[in-house]
Amino acid sequence: MTSTRVGFNRSRLRGAALSLACVLLCACSGQQSAITPQGPVADRIAWFFWIMTGVAGAILALVLFLLLAGVFRGRQQAQSKPLTYIQSRNLVLVSGVVMPVAVLLGFTLFSAMTDRVVAKPLPADALTVEIIGHQWWWEVHYLDNRQRRIATTANEIHIPVGRPVRLLLKATDVIHSFWVPNLSGKTDMIPGKTNTGWLQADQPGTFRGQCVEFCGLQHARMAFWVEAQPAGEFQSWLARQREPAAAPDDPVLARGQAVFLASQCVMCHAVRGTRALGRVAPDLTHFGGRRTLAAASVPNSRGHLAGWILDPQGIKPGNFMPPTALAPDDLSALLDYLHSLK
Amino acid sequence: MTSHERIQAIDSSEEIRLLTEVWRSPPGFFGWFTHVNQTSVGKRFIITGFVFFILGGVLALLMRLQLATPENEFLNPDLYNQIFTMHGITMMFLFAVPIMEGFAIYIIPLMLGTRDMSFPRLNAFGYYVYLIAGAAMYLSLFLGMAPAVGWFAYPPLADAKHSPGMGVDFYATVVTFMEISALVAAVELIVTIFKQRAPGMSLNRMPLFVWSILVMSFMIVFAMPPLMVTSIMLALDRTVGAHFFTPGSGDPLLWQHLFWFFGHPEVYIIFVPALGMISSIIITFTRRPIFGYTALVLSLVATGFIGFGLWVHHMYTTGLPHLAANFFTAASSMIAIPSGVQVFCWLASLWGTRPRFATPLLYVLGFFFIFVIGGLSGVMVASVPFDTQVHDTYFLVAHFHYVLIGGAVFPLFGGLYYWYPKLTGRLMSEGLGKASFWLTFIGFNLTFFPMHYLGLQGMPRRVYTYLEPLGWGDLNLFVSLSSGLLAVGFLATFVNVFRSLKRGRPAGDNPWDADSLEWGTASPPPPYNFRYIPVVMGRYPLWEHLKNQEVPVVTGIRSDRRELLVTSLLDAHPESRSKMPGPTVWPLLLALAVGIGFGGFIFHNIFPVVGFILSFIAIVGWFWPRQLAREAREESS
Repeated sequence: MTSTRVGFNRSRLRGAALSLACVLLCACSGQQSAITPQGPVADRIAWFFWIMTGVAGAILALVLFLLLAGVFRGRQQAQSKPLTYIQSRNLVLVSGVVMPVAVLLGFTLFSAMTDRVVAKPLPADALTVEIIGHQWWWEVHYLDNRQRRIATTANEIHIPVGRPVRLLLKATDVIHSFWVPNLSGKTDMIPGKTNTGWLQADQPGTFRGQCVEFCGLQHARMAFWVEAQPAGEFQSWLARQREPAAAPDDPVLARGQAVFLASQCVMCHAVRGTRALGRVAPDLTHFGGRRTLAAASVPNSRGHLAGWILDPQGIKPGNFMPPTALAPDDLSALLDYLHSLK
Repeated sequence: MTSHERIQAIDSSEEIRLLTEVWRSPPGFFGWFTHVNQTSVGKRFIITGFVFFILGGVLALLMRLQLATPENEFLNPDLYNQIFTMHGITMMFLFAVPIMEGFAIYIIPLMLGTRDMSFPRLNAFGYYVYLIAGAAMYLSLFLGMAPAVGWFAYPPLADAKHSPGMGVDFYATVVTFMEISALVAAVELIVTIFKQRAPGMSLNRMPLFVWSILVMSFMIVFAMPPLMVTSIMLALDRTVGAHFFTPGSGDPLLWQHLFWFFGHPEVYIIFVPALGMISSIIITFTRRPIFGYTALVLSLVATGFIGFGLWVHHMYTTGLPHLAANFFTAASSMIAIPSGVQVFCWLASLWGTRPRFATPLLYVLGFFFIFVIGGLSGVMVASVPFDTQVHDTYFLVAHFHYVLIGGAVFPLFGGLYYWYPKLTGRLMSEGLGKASFWLTFIGFNLTFFPMHYLGLQGMPRRVYTYLEPLGWGDLNLFVSLSSGLLAVGFLATFVNVFRSLKRGRPAGDNPWDADSLEWGTASPPPPYNFRYIPVVMGRYPLWEHLKNQEVPVVTGIRSDRRELLVTSLLDAHPESRSKMPGPTVWPLLLALAVGIGFGGFIFHNIFPVVGFILSFIAIVGWFWPRQLAREAREESS
C-alpha cells in the first residue's frame, strides 16, 4: 500500500519534472531570444552569459554545500563544534575576500572585452538605417552614404545577411528602446538624442524585436520584424522601396486609391507618388509587402486589415488611429488597393 | 548584598506607578492621535507597512492573473499600467522602507537601553505623513487615476503632454511628501543611536542591528534629497512648465541620473537593515558571539558607501560612453565583496554550532539560498554587454525580486517571528511558521526562477500582454500558479500573527535566551521601556549579566517626568539628562497641514502657500512654551 503510493507520487513527480523541462526547452519560439543568437554581437553576449552562468552555478553550489555541511555537521554531533578563530578567519578571507576578488577581476575584464565587440566602430560605408520610435510604432529610413534618406518604411526592417548594419536610433515623443535579441542588445531611443548601435545577421531569417522601455499605454504592442536576406535579394527589395507606389492599373484598385485619397487616411499616412503625404503615421507606399499590422500586433491579412481600418481601437486600444467608417464596396476596394502596394 | 538585591531594596511599587503614569499614552479614540512613545509609533509603522505589503501583493496577483495567458483581457492596458506602477510604488516607498524604519523605531531604543527616541513628536509626525501619503496614493488608484508611468516615471512619458491625467501629479507630490517621513525617521535614529546608548555601550559594543540601522539612516539622509529635488522638478515641469526634463531645453536623462542616484541606494536602504536582523537572529539561535564583528560592521559601512557609486548601471542602454559605463561594471561588482564577507562571517558563525532550528533561523537559511542567487545574477547584470540583452526584461524582474524578497523580505519575516514575542508578549506558532516558511520558499522560487528564462527568451517587463506565437504562455501560466502558492505562504504568516495574539504561548521576557537589551525588559515592554537604565559591560549584555549574576544599573533619572539619559558619542559615558515631551496632537495637525500643502498642489498653485501658513500655525502650537512654563512653576513651588 505504502510502496504503491510512493511509486505513484514518484511517477507524478517525474511527470511534472518532465513537463517542466519540456516547457523550458521547447516551448518558446526562439524568434525573440537572447540565447538563440543569430549574429556576432548576440553570439558573443550569449557565450559570455553561458560562461557566467557556469561560474555562478559553481559558486552557488559551493556556498550551499558549505552552509548545509556547516549546519548539519554540528547537528549530528552531541557537542557543538564551532570553528576556531583561525579557521573562521581563513574561511572568510579565502572564500569571502580572495576568491571574490579574483573572480570579479576576471569578470570585469571579460565583460569589458565582450563590450569591445558591442562598441566596435563600423566601416564608413556600412549600410545605415535610421529608426525613429513613436508611440507605438517604428519609423524606418534607409540612408545613403551621404546620410540622405533614400527609402522609408515602418515596423519592418530588411537587412543584408553577413553585413554590419549601423543603426541611428531616435525618438520624438517619449523614450523607447530598440531590441532584436537574436542579433544584438538593446539601445534606448531618447528624444533630443541620436544613439547608435549595430547589428548583423549571419543567416537569412526573420527575427522579432520589441520596444523594451516602457512608453505608455500600448508599450506591449510595439514590436517589429527584422528580415535578413541574401545581399542580392536585399538590394532588389531596397530598390523597390525607393520607388514611389505604382499607379493602379485596374478599375477596382483605382477605386481603392480614390477611396484612400478621399478619406481621413491621408491626414496621417503617406503613399509616395500620390497626394497622400501625411507623416505622423507609417508610410504606406509599399504596405502590401509587410507581414504585420499595427507594429507587429496582427498579421497583415485582408480580414485583419479590414478590422484595423474600421475599428483600430478594438485591436490596439488607445493607439492614435481613429476608426474609419466605409461602405462595404469602398472598403473592399481599399483593401485591394492597400495590398497591391508591394 | 549584591546589586540585584540592592535594586529590590530601593524598588517600590510607588515608583513604578509614577513611571507608568508619566510615560503611558492616553487611552481612547482621541488619545490615539496623541501617542508619541516609540513603541506606539514603531508598532504603527510595522502594521501599516504590512497592510501596504498585502495591498502591493494583491496588485502583483492581479498582474499575474492578467499575464497567465497570452492576449488575456482580464485587465485593460491602462489599468494594468496603473497596477504595475502602484505595485512598485507600494513595495518601494510604502512597504520596504517604512517597515524597516518601523522595526528600527520599535527595537532600537530597547536595544540601546533607553526610554524613547530623541524626538518623539517628530517620530509621530513622520508616521502621520507616511499614512497620509500612502492613503493618497491608494485613493488615486481607487479613483482610477493612479500614475501609469512606472515607479521610475521617466520623462518625457511622465510630462504633462504625454501623461495628462492627475496620476503623475499624485506621484510627484506624494513621493516628495512621503520622503519627509523617511528623512525625519533617519535623523532621529541617528541621534538616538549616537546619544542615547546605555552607559558602557561604546560604538564597538553596539549590536550589529544597531549598526545596520545607523548605516541605513545615513544612506536615507543622503539618498532621499536627490529624489525630493527631482520629484519637485517634475512637479514644476508639469504644473508651471519649467522644462527641466524637456528634450532640447532640458534633458530627459537628467531625471534618470537624479532618480537612480536615489534609486540604487534605496535598494541598500532596504537591504542593510535586513542584514542586521540576520546577525541578531544568528547570534541568538547559535547562542554564541558572532564571528567577525568588525568585519561585519566594516562591510555594512562599505555597502553604504559603494551603494552610492552604482547608479549608472540602471542606465547602460541610454547611450552613455561605453568606457565610462565599464567603470560602473567594476564598481557594481565591487559591492559583491562586502556581501561575500558577510555571508562567510555568518557561515563561520553557524558552522558546527548545533543552532536551534526555530522559524526565524529558517528564514535566515532561506535568505542564504535566495540572496546568493540574486547576488550572482546581480553581478551578471552589472556587465554592460550582458545588461544590454536583459535590461528591462523578465530576467531583471527575477533578479531584483531575488535580491529584494530574498535579501530583505525573508530576513524581515525572520525578524517578525523573532521580535513578535517582544511586541505582543506571545510567541507565534512554530508549526504554522515553518509551514509558512516552506510555502513561501518553494512558492518564491517557482514564481521567480522561471522569469530568468522568460527574460532571456525576450519577454520585456511592463507589458500588459504578449502574443501567443512567442511561446511564453506555458511558463507564464506556471509562474502565475506558483505566485498563488507564494501568496498562500505569506498569508499563513499573517494568519499566524492574528491567531497568536490570543492563542500564542506567553513569551516571558526573553523566550529565545537572546543577548541584546530589548530582551531584558518585560514583553511587551512597559511604557517606560526599562525600570532601570542598564549599564553595559560587553557586546552581549544580557549574557554578561547572566554570567556576572548581577546587573549594574543607572540611578538618578527622574521618574516624575519623561526623562532620558544622554551619553557620549564614542564611549557612551553619561553626559546629561534630557526632558522629553509627552503626548500631543500637534504632530498630527502639522502632518495634515503639510499634507494639504503638498496634496493641494496637485489641484491649484495656491495650496503650497495655504499649506505653509497652516504648517506655520501648527509649528507655533507645537513649540508653544506653555508646558515648559507650567513645569517651571511646578518645580519652583
